[in-house]
Amino acid sequence: MAVVTEAPPPLTSTSPDKPPRRRGRWTPYWLLLPGILWLVVFFALPMIYQASTSVQTGSLEEGYKVTWHFATYWDALSEYWPQFLRSVLYAAAATVLCLLLGYPLAYLIAFRAGRWRNLIMILVIAPFFTSFLIRTLAWKTILADGGPVVATLNALHVLDVTSWLGWTSGDRVLATPLAVVCGLTYNFLPFMILPLYTSLERIDGRLHEAAGDLYARPFTTFRKVTFPLSTPGVVSGTLLTFIPAAGDYVNADLLGSTDTRMVGNVIQTQFLRVLDYPTAAALSFILMAAILFMVTFYIRRSGTEDLV
Amino acid sequence: MTTDNSGDVRLAGISKTYGSFSAVHPLDLTVPQGSFFALLGASGCGKTTTLRMIAGLEEPSTGTVHLGEQDVTHLPPYKRPVNTVFQSYALFPHLDIFENVAFGLRRRGIKSVKKQVEEMLDLVQLGEQARKKPHQLSGGQQQRVAVARALINHPKVLLLDEPLGALDLKLRRQMQLELKRIQTEVGITFVHVTHDQEEAMTMADTVAVMNGGRVEQLGAPTDLYENPQTTFVANFLGTSNLIKAEVDSGSGDEIVLKAGDGKLTLPKARCSAPTTAGGTVLVGIRPEKISLTHADDAGEIPAGRNRVSGTIAEASFIGVSTQYVVDSAVCPALAVYVQNVDRDPRLVPGADVVLHWSPAHTFGLDAAQDIDAGIETVEEEAA
Repeated sequence: MAVVTEAPPPLTSTSPDKPPRRRGRWTPYWLLLPGILWLVVFFALPMIYQASTSVQTGSLEEGYKVTWHFATYWDALSEYWPQFLRSVLYAAAATVLCLLLGYPLAYLIAFRAGRWRNLIMILVIAPFFTSFLIRTLAWKTILADGGPVVATLNALHVLDVTSWLGWTSGDRVLATPLAVVCGLTYNFLPFMILPLYTSLERIDGRLHEAAGDLYARPFTTFRKVTFPLSTPGVVSGTLLTFIPAAGDYVNADLLGSTDTRMVGNVIQTQFLRVLDYPTAAALSFILMAAILFMVTFYIRRSGTEDLV
Repeated sequence: MTTDNSGDVRLAGISKTYGSFSAVHPLDLTVPQGSFFALLGASGCGKTTTLRMIAGLEEPSTGTVHLGEQDVTHLPPYKRPVNTVFQSYALFPHLDIFENVAFGLRRRGIKSVKKQVEEMLDLVQLGEQARKKPHQLSGGQQQRVAVARALINHPKVLLLDEPLGALDLKLRRQMQLELKRIQTEVGITFVHVTHDQEEAMTMADTVAVMNGGRVEQLGAPTDLYENPQTTFVANFLGTSNLIKAEVDSGSGDEIVLKAGDGKLTLPKARCSAPTTAGGTVLVGIRPEKISLTHADDAGEIPAGRNRVSGTIAEASFIGVSTQYVVDSAVCPALAVYVQNVDRDPRLVPGADVVLHWSPAHTFGLDAAQDIDAGIETVEEEAA
């Protein structure tokens, strides 16, 4: 383009040149338009609508009006803070478990699996072929009272310990915090494994050899080279696990009890059963703000932007 | 230092097989303390595998590796007193230059590394770059970091795996001299793997030419060049003209051979092939050892020189020399390099000429070998 304009054509230099260039300048925006429309209609507008709902007062019979009643936020928070706290704790526990389970598996797939790599990858992704609900229901059967899992845990006196810690109650696992955390861990494990695998797989194998050559034992090599280089995967994996787990209500609903209700369950109940739309909307905004705050803090702390 | 042999590398019967493929055939090799040793060969000849067995990155299928008196065959790499400069360097991307260089010291529990690291960075002229990340440096700088990172540990042996392969030609020549300087300065045994014969010859005291998992020939660069023992070495190191000739008679220190209508003489000491009368021998001569005389002046050629007559097929002027290709009855396409001192204007394509050289520069090879061994591989590497 630049070359063409530098050598000015003698006659009709201005008129035939300009229209295509003007059209070209707008092309990116035309291409962006569907995406922008989608976001406006299905994200921005509902957000604004929800924001306005959260500051309305009224009742179903008389209708709701925007009264800038910010006290709803305070009320929601003071009434439902245990559920908020529980959401964060369960999601954090599930994220830690996912990391502990997922890292070795991702490491295995990336470095040791050889020709089994694709098969293991398929096994990791396979659960996605069934619905989230069915998978969670399956855990109801796995953890059923008197079932083989619970019986084994009971026989090994594991349940005595977890019961003492308050994670289970008596000889039941179902309807306890442990069951909910198990369900969350299982459902979000692939979201941890995939980013971990991607970042581990990108590490040049020669770096391991170089570390060994420079007197690092295998574990030191892991601590000083492999793990630091996989932190982008750890960060995105924990975010992809923690964020949806904190807002989840299906696991707590199916595997938990009234004592394990998470903020997602409260929002669902407020919207669909109590029909208290302002409280539900306020709770949603509080959850969103809390997650945004935690994620920002986490990314700042882990310093991922500094990594290659 | 001369009496200390803790930096000797001794390989005894060492081999490596992958399934049914032998990457390295049983091999004996001794690299004396303080020497600059090059393993030279085309890709896939087993030179890198040999190096990796010394480093401990590859377990030998048979044989032993000794460093000085210590048997290190079964020691993992992190317990061996050797360090490696990897091909494409393998610098740790998440650590800065200082920490890359300090890595080995820190792993051995040395706390105050600052002084040593700074000295080492000065040795490789990278003092200013200490706080940069590897990707912010140029290829040549990264290469020097890799050398510094290995050398700072004062290894008994420094292993270099094609360390200059990723650099452009000019930088490569510069780094060759640099590495040679560092080696002389620190006096550590260097084992250098390369496919570049010029690199091996400029840098190393001793070169082992490898082919197909075996060492073809081992010796000082001049020895290898002047007196190759196999066609592979003759062709892989520089260029050789190989002429098929029949043994006529062997008297005293000289062998007389029949090539076409002419006779060629060859010192017995320079012939690595069996010389029974009537047998075939490959007579070798380097292109720059040959003199070219126009057929009209053939009478002026001193007696006692080997002669071959032919016709110039091609002549290319290169500045310092002119390279001729001469077709002759005994051998098609003989290469001749003539220094441009006094150029004879009659030496143009089509001219009849006589090639002549001193018998002392002639070498003899076993004719049972592939006459073109080592030629193709050189071209592949260049491509």
